[in-house]
Amino acid sequence: MNLALEVGQVGTAEAVQFFILAPIAVIAALGILFVKKAVHAALMLVSIMIILAIFYIANGAAFLGVVQIIVYTGAVMMLFLFILMLVGVDSSDSLKENLKGIRPVAITLAIGISLLLISLLSRAQISEQAPDLAVLNSEGNVEGIARLLFTEYVWAFEVVSALLITAAVGAMVLAHSEKSREISRTQRYKSVARFRGDSLATAAGLPGSGVYARHNALDVPALLPDGSASELSVSKTLQARGDVIDQSKFALDQLPGVNEADESSAVEREEER
Amino acid sequence: MDISYYLYLSAALFVIGAVGVVIRRNAIVIFMCIELMLNASNLAFVTFARIHGNLEGQMVAFFTMVVAACEVVVGLAIIVMIYRSRRSASVDDASLLRR
Repeated sequence: MNLALEVGQVGTAEAVQFFILAPIAVIAALGILFVKKAVHAALMLVSIMIILAIFYIANGAAFLGVVQIIVYTGAVMMLFLFILMLVGVDSSDSLKENLKGIRPVAITLAIGISLLLISLLSRAQISEQAPDLAVLNSEGNVEGIARLLFTEYVWAFEVVSALLITAAVGAMVLAHSEKSREISRTQRYKSVARFRGDSLATAAGLPGSGVYARHNALDVPALLPDGSASELSVSKTLQARGDVIDQSKFALDQLPGVNEADESSAVEREEER
Repeated sequence: MDISYYLYLSAALFVIGAVGVVIRRNAIVIFMCIELMLNASNLAFVTFARIHGNLEGQMVAFFTMVVAACEVVVGLAIIVMIYRSRRSASVDDASLLRR
C-alpha cells in the first residue's frame, strides 16, 4: 500500500525540516500522555504549537503561523499556566488508573482512529497536483485571507465576534466569586476563633517548623513534647509538593520518660477499671 | 517527501490527543489534549489548502483558532469554578451524581 497521496513533492529543505521537527512533535505529544506534572505537559504543548507554526509557514500560511505563535503559545498557553498556578502545584496526578478498564479502551480507541485515518488518507483520491506555493499566495497571504474574510466569510466573521464576546462574558460570570460580601476575617475574629475552637492546642499559633538540634529547615516537622512529629508545623504547600522530609524519621517513639509514664498510667487506669 | 506526510503527522497528533483525553485525569491536562487535537486538525486544513491551491482551508483553520480560544476561556473558567468548590482539578473527583 502506498501511503503517499502523491499530490506533489516538497523541496529538500522542507523535507529535512519536516523529518527533524515532526518526530520532535510526536515525542512531545506522547510526553503529554505520560508526564506527571501538568506544567511539564504545558511546556511540551508549547513546543508542539511552535513546531506547528513552523509547518504552517512552510505550507504557505504565513499569517496563520504568526497567529499560531501569538494566540496559542502567547495567549492560550499563558492562560493555561495562570490556571495551573491558581489551581496549585498539588494538581499533579498519579498515572495509576482508578477507573477500571480505561487503558484497554484507550488502546482500542488509538488503534481504531489511526486505522480509520490511515485507510482514509491512503485511499483518498485527489486528482489534481498541488500547485506551487506562489499560486496559493498569488496576491499575498495576508491580502488573500483578508479578501476572503471580509467578502465570502464576513457573516461567519461577525458570528465569531459575537461568540468571542459571549465567551468573555461567560468566563467572567463563571469565575466571579462573592467573596467581598463575606464577613472579613479581621485579626480580632481570628484571635477569638482560635480560643473558641475545638482545642486550645493552637491557641498560641501553629508550631514552628523543625528548628532543633539536627535540622533547622522549613521542610522538617517540629517534634511535640511527646516525641511525635507535628504535621501542622510544615507548610501545606510543601506537603502538597511532596518536599517534606519524612516525619517518621524524626519521631522519638522510644522517648524513655514520657512514653513509659504514659504506659504505666494506662496500665493503672486499666487496673482501676 | 510528499505533501501528504503532513496529513499523517496531523493524524498522529490527533490520535495522541484523543488518547490523552481518555487516560488523563487532571482536567487541565485533558484540556491541553483537546487543544492538541484542534491544532492537529488545523495542520490538516492548512495542508489541504496547499494541496488545493486556495485559501479556504486557511480560513477554516483561522476560525478554528478563534473558537478554540473561546473554548479555552470558558473551559478554564469552569475548571476554576469546580476547583473552588471541590478543591481538586481531577475529573474523577467530580462524581456527585453517582453517590
